[in-house]
Amino acid sequence: MSDLAVVTEGLVKRFGDVEALSGIDLEIPAGSIFGLLGPNGAGKTTAVRILATVLPPDGGRAEVLGRDVVREADAVRRRVGLAGQFAAVDPNLTGRENLRMVGLLAQLPRERILPRADELLERFDLTEAANRPLRTYSGGMRRRLDVAASLMRKPPVLFLDEPTTGLDLFSRNELWEMIRELVAEGTTVLLTTQYLEEADRLASRIAVVDRGRVIANDSPAHLKSQLGGTVIELGFADEAVATRALPEVSAATGDEGHVELEERKVLITTPDGARLLMGVLRRLDTDGLEPANLTVREPSLDDVFLSLTGHHAEDAQPPEEAAAGGGRRRRGRGAA
Amino acid sequence: MTAVTADLEYDRRIPFGKIRDTWAVTQRDLIHFIRIPQLLIFSTIQPVIFVLLWRYVFGGAVRPTEAGVPYVDFLMPGIFVQTVVFGAIATAVGLAADLKSGMLERFLSLPMARSAVLVGRTLADLVRNVFVVILMVIVGFLVGFRIHTNVAAFLLGLVLVLLFGYALSWVFATVGLLVKDPETAQAAAFPVLAPLVFASSVFIAVEFMPGWLQAFARNQPVSVTAEGVRALSIGGATTRPVLQTIFWCSALVAIFAPIAVRLYRRAL
Repeated sequence: MSDLAVVTEGLVKRFGDVEALSGIDLEIPAGSIFGLLGPNGAGKTTAVRILATVLPPDGGRAEVLGRDVVREADAVRRRVGLAGQFAAVDPNLTGRENLRMVGLLAQLPRERILPRADELLERFDLTEAANRPLRTYSGGMRRRLDVAASLMRKPPVLFLDEPTTGLDLFSRNELWEMIRELVAEGTTVLLTTQYLEEADRLASRIAVVDRGRVIANDSPAHLKSQLGGTVIELGFADEAVATRALPEVSAATGDEGHVELEERKVLITTPDGARLLMGVLRRLDTDGLEPANLTVREPSLDDVFLSLTGHHAEDAQPPEEAAAGGGRRRRGRGAA
Repeated sequence: MTAVTADLEYDRRIPFGKIRDTWAVTQRDLIHFIRIPQLLIFSTIQPVIFVLLWRYVFGGAVRPTEAGVPYVDFLMPGIFVQTVVFGAIATAVGLAADLKSGMLERFLSLPMARSAVLVGRTLADLVRNVFVVILMVIVGFLVGFRIHTNVAAFLLGLVLVLLFGYALSWVFATVGLLVKDPETAQAAAFPVLAPLVFASSVFIAVEFMPGWLQAFARNQPVSVTAEGVRALSIGGATTRPVLQTIFWCSALVAIFAPIAVRLYRRAL
């Protein structure tokens, strides 16, 4: 067996006149987390659906663990799990009933179904809720059960379609932890997300998707270094103060970052934000130039897009992904 | 090598896997009837209202077709058929809801028989029909319905009703997968079913209808089934209507089951 868990070549998918995928090439190494990053409608869900054999491609080919997703669809289904945005669990069944049903349909031997279900309920912290209908679950619990359902067969390859969209911070961190554990045990994970932060935290490699094309395919560190890393925003009382502060900030930054003036704000883009900030603030303090406010943020998906394509991350909404319904969601971070 | 043993493990077949898949889906759909009691209540209240309406309000104005056969004995076989006809809408609504919620995407991603979701769903609807038809028989007896033939013939009549209901489930499985939305499925089904139920011999004998309507009303499947059930509970020539009913049911399944399975495979 090769070391690649997933390979696609020139994958194309059309919905009527809309080309959702315009030739996607991917190579996903076994045993890693691969991030597919892009806005709504970029084609992430379509790509995952083709790889999970629920949607046939219109062109190109895709293999999962060396099995063709069209010609050997059943063999692929026996080796992958799918969870996330759309693949659902039944709200009228209890947690255990849901897992039992999926276990039966995943072709597990009968005697292994309930032990496996209980093991997963335990692992995803759902044992107490196991006999309650899912209607009574919180969003985070439901998502955890969804992931648990996709793991009934211990699939070597797991597809997670925006697994944390709509989750609170606590549930999100919990799910991240569980994904990391799975990969430590040897599972290959393909994760789609709209959040650079999520892809950065989890994935060892990220493909950025825009309008059905891969526009970058790199390690998170490389991707971020292309962006210059952290952005520090220093806001001043008015433009005059900001203009006076600009040379001081530039001097303190030296060649460790890029400085620009934007109305009342001075922006520093730097790979080493925390250390640089100390020097900048010390210098401003000496000169009696007090910033009115201060923001430190990681680059967002939008920054990635701006840097890679020159345009903002816009939501295209082809019919198949319109069901996602969400407008643009971006996670703002940090403060001082 | 571990990869090889893992592959054997992944490709191992479960004996009678198709039957097990179908049963898993049927069980799930049956649990819905228990957990969402509205599903059963709504599918039984409507036919009960029709029984009361035709038995006590309109019934008195209906001319008898045969001497010595009270209208209620003519009406109830028609009501049994009407019940499963309107009940078939639930198949369309249920499948469209599964499509919308993502349940079908889950099923499509699993290494299960491609037919299991539809066969399982139609079988669950058949089980529901058994309960609803038994209830309607009880209601019938309460409002004065009597069997003129014998119990065995009457039970055979109920089997015809269930067979027809099962065939219609496949028609409405197709409808549900075509419209892809539960509300639309509900709305689309009624205008199709209303002429089949009302321009039929369910409530009124066909000979009382205008001539141009009689040809349609006499030969369409709802009338044919109602006549078959009637012949088995009131008496008269049974062979022809029973064979016609079986023909209609086989034809509906033969046409719509392959279409529904094809639509299911391409559901997303």
